[in-house]
Amino acid sequence: MQSLSPNLPPEEQREMLRRMLTIRRFEERASADYLAGKIYGVVHCYIGEEAVAVGVCTALERGDRIISTHRGHGHCIAKGADLNRMMAELYGRQTGYCKGKGGSMHIADFGIGMLGANGIVAGGIAIVTGAGLAAQMEGKGGVAVSFFGDGASNAGPFHECLNIAATWKLPMLYVCENNMYAAQTAAAATHALSDVAARATGYGIPGVVVDGNDIFAVYQAANRAVERARSGQGPTLIECKTYRWRAHTERRGQPDPRDPGEREAWMRRDPIAQLERQLREQSDLDDAGMESMERDIMAALEAAVAFAEASPFPTPEQATEDAFAA
Amino acid sequence: MRELTYNEAAVEAVAEEMRRDPKIFYMSTDALPPLLKEFGAERVRATPITEAALTGMAIGAAGCGFRPIVDWRQVTFCFVAMDQIVNQAAKIHYMFGGQVSFPILYRAAVGGGGLVAAQHSQSPYSMFMNVAGLKMFLPSTPYDIKGLLKTAIRDNNPVISFESSRLMARKGPVPEEDYTIPFGKADIKREGNDVTVVALAWLVHEALAAAEELAREGISVEVVDPRTLVPLDAETIRNSVQKTGRLVIADEAGPTAGFSAEVAAVIAEDAATFARLKAPVKRVCALQVPIPYSPVLENHVFPDRNRIIDGIREVLRGRRSAEAA
Repeated sequence: MQSLSPNLPPEEQREMLRRMLTIRRFEERASADYLAGKIYGVVHCYIGEEAVAVGVCTALERGDRIISTHRGHGHCIAKGADLNRMMAELYGRQTGYCKGKGGSMHIADFGIGMLGANGIVAGGIAIVTGAGLAAQMEGKGGVAVSFFGDGASNAGPFHECLNIAATWKLPMLYVCENNMYAAQTAAAATHALSDVAARATGYGIPGVVVDGNDIFAVYQAANRAVERARSGQGPTLIECKTYRWRAHTERRGQPDPRDPGEREAWMRRDPIAQLERQLREQSDLDDAGMESMERDIMAALEAAVAFAEASPFPTPEQATEDAFAA
Repeated sequence: MRELTYNEAAVEAVAEEMRRDPKIFYMSTDALPPLLKEFGAERVRATPITEAALTGMAIGAAGCGFRPIVDWRQVTFCFVAMDQIVNQAAKIHYMFGGQVSFPILYRAAVGGGGLVAAQHSQSPYSMFMNVAGLKMFLPSTPYDIKGLLKTAIRDNNPVISFESSRLMARKGPVPEEDYTIPFGKADIKREGNDVTVVALAWLVHEALAAAEELAREGISVEVVDPRTLVPLDAETIRNSVQKTGRLVIADEAGPTAGFSAEVAAVIAEDAATFARLKAPVKRVCALQVPIPYSPVLENHVFPDRNRIIDGIREVLRGRRSAEAA
């Protein structure tokens, strides 16, 4: 059962749907282009978890900062990253966000407060906690959000940072995307407690469990946490229960030991379909509106791919540029 | 000129820079009293014993416009933060295409002499030299540490200040007025003609003592202090070796894949310098073992002025006959 729609104007609710759908279509394209050999290295898809990134980022202002994980496209798009520069980065081009030096696992846009995807599980938690400290010292009411997975919740930096953020009352949201698997290993086999959020008690901060496929539930939890953070009361741990539809990475032949029945059950709870249904019932969203949204997204993606393909590769000599800042 | 200890000069450098730039703040597991007194608990933060978090938080704060200083105290405590140092701080500027800079100073005491055994007597700077994206230095005098720290704090990259435990209380002249020392600029601590000794930190002083002793025998030793490890002033080292034709490298760390190996390679790779070598390069390093506790053992493991003298004599062996021929 989807949560009641929050006190958001209809156009903002429709924007949430558009962003989730953009993430999905972007990754479907990225996956296809990866398998076609146009995108290199590794691609981790966020499909199925879109409500977490979009729900949380809808509660943020542009000046707020987030950090992502190895599964980072969703957070980039949710925070407002440019699809052209994202796609160009995946294509390894000069015009990409990282000038072709990062790829899928390292897209960042500091200009919009997206402090980067990160290839190390739990690697970003301390960095974004530093952004929370910066926000506190700036004193302008900014907040910082750490997105991480159930796997990262077992790593040292998670515990170290929750403690220091709670002690210093940093304006932080720690958003655990519990998709129930760390790569191929089930969270049930690696967590003594079933709820990561329960660990908040140990640090004296609120810990909230929400249905991560219910975007309004995510948004409302994030909104409360943001208010708490902005008013100087410190961090909140939000655990979003969700599921990744695809294998850990897009590599062909990637083992996926998960139960197909489990996956199908989660796919029936598609966060995008749920929001679409609700907006059709409660607003003037109709077939024409959906078709037009799909058309716009596909056009933007085609444009992003065209931009990437038309962009030059870096020159070999550029490998030694940006080794140090001036 | 007035004299300060190595440690006083370091604290003075930090304090002067903090006065100059309000974006600088300081995190360490205990707040340094003089800094805390002057700048308060907001800018001089006593933290949990959480080096991984502190090291990473500095990266985030730097990316948001601050200029953090993280004092690891002893280098040994930063090993729990290796992911943040190697995977994050060193790579983040490059990996994100240079879109923002990350001005961070990490401070770490290194070296032995304190009889505190294996975990508290380490000199692992070559591990960090091997990681692209970090700058680092290891000063030998109060003057140098102050000037290099000020440069580091003003630099827009992650910089590690390795600071010699043995030298903390050692005094030396430090001018009152503001000055900085550029990175990548070695200092010739003593000029000489017969042999070059490249030495770091405490061993600079041991090399100077060795040079003084050998001068009585008519042996002229040049002592080169690289000061900065990354970037390394290869040119000054090569020029010195081209002049003397002989090289001894003195390092408190072990030899394997170490700073001393890098200096040897800098000489061996350069055709003009290699052609002027009159003897094989000699390394005078710690033995390649964890540092032991008992004074008898510790003294045996670390190099000192006597071993530097032995090393110099070794590269000079046969000098008279060769030059006569």
